[in-house]
Amino acid sequence: MTAYGIRDARRKIGVTVGLVLLSSIASAQPSTPPAPYANTQLADPAKEASARALMETLRCLVCQGQSIADSDADMAADMRALVRERIAAGEKPASIRDWLVARYGDYVTYDPPLSGVTWPLWLAPIVLLAAGGWIARTSFRRRGR
Amino acid sequence: MKRVALWAPLAIFALLFAVVVSGLIRPAGTTIKSAMVGKPLPRFTLPPIVAGKPGLGSATFAEGQPRLLNVFASWCVPCIAEAPQLMRLKALGVPIDGLAVRDTGPAVAGFLRRNGDPYARIGSDAQSAVQLSLGSSGVPETFVIDGRGIVVKQHIGDIRADDVAGILQAVKDAQ
Repeated sequence: MTAYGIRDARRKIGVTVGLVLLSSIASAQPSTPPAPYANTQLADPAKEASARALMETLRCLVCQGQSIADSDADMAADMRALVRERIAAGEKPASIRDWLVARYGDYVTYDPPLSGVTWPLWLAPIVLLAAGGWIARTSFRRRGR
Repeated sequence: MKRVALWAPLAIFALLFAVVVSGLIRPAGTTIKSAMVGKPLPRFTLPPIVAGKPGLGSATFAEGQPRLLNVFASWCVPCIAEAPQLMRLKALGVPIDGLAVRDTGPAVAGFLRRNGDPYARIGSDAQSAVQLSLGSSGVPETFVIDGRGIVVKQHIGDIRADDVAGILQAVKDAQ
């Protein structure tokens, strides 16, 4: 087999593997319909608004970088259903958030509480703002002279 | 003071560079560990999904013997890959219960016919409510529960041949 032949064969194998992977990914989805409250708003607008606000601060665990309000993933749909059902039952958003944090850690929320690990997140903007102010002050003073 | 200020931008650049390079060399893990390990299994009762096999309740896990709780689905491809290892664990005497996530009866029955049936009970978790209460973020995942209903170990992803010994050890340690 010539070098070109080998390359051609490799490419063919690559395409085949790719197609097999693609077809298995396409089939790796549940066939069941989404939960009733996954894509249906609550009848009470005030409750829907508070559910919506909470959903926007919860991380989709399988897509990452998206909130469950933005995601089309099946798991995000089930998490939206969970949030809406609990809000409808009268539960406070903070307690639903705590319930999820107790299971997935701070990772699940986009509004992480101040703790030993997260303090740089909260402190960094203040430090950077102070540094900017200091630089501005010195450069203005220099220009004034 | 002036000399320090002169080097500061380079130092900041070096710091940023180090952060970016470390992120490139060792990307942040995408597996999310459950925070339920070491805590009691949440209470649940789930209906059966296939004929002739009972549903699943959390009470089963507090009867004195350690058990595996396998989160699976018929639509999940890695679950097919781990099926032989679950059959091996069953043959070694480990009781295994299944949590069928977002699944249907005929689909699960077909899955068990094709890949073997290691389960003593299977609960139907139609809206992944129990999966979410376990801190599980995908299928397959396997939890080792001790005889008092405490979650002692979480295995994320399919069980490979070389994971069996570790799971067996965790079951033994939980006794």
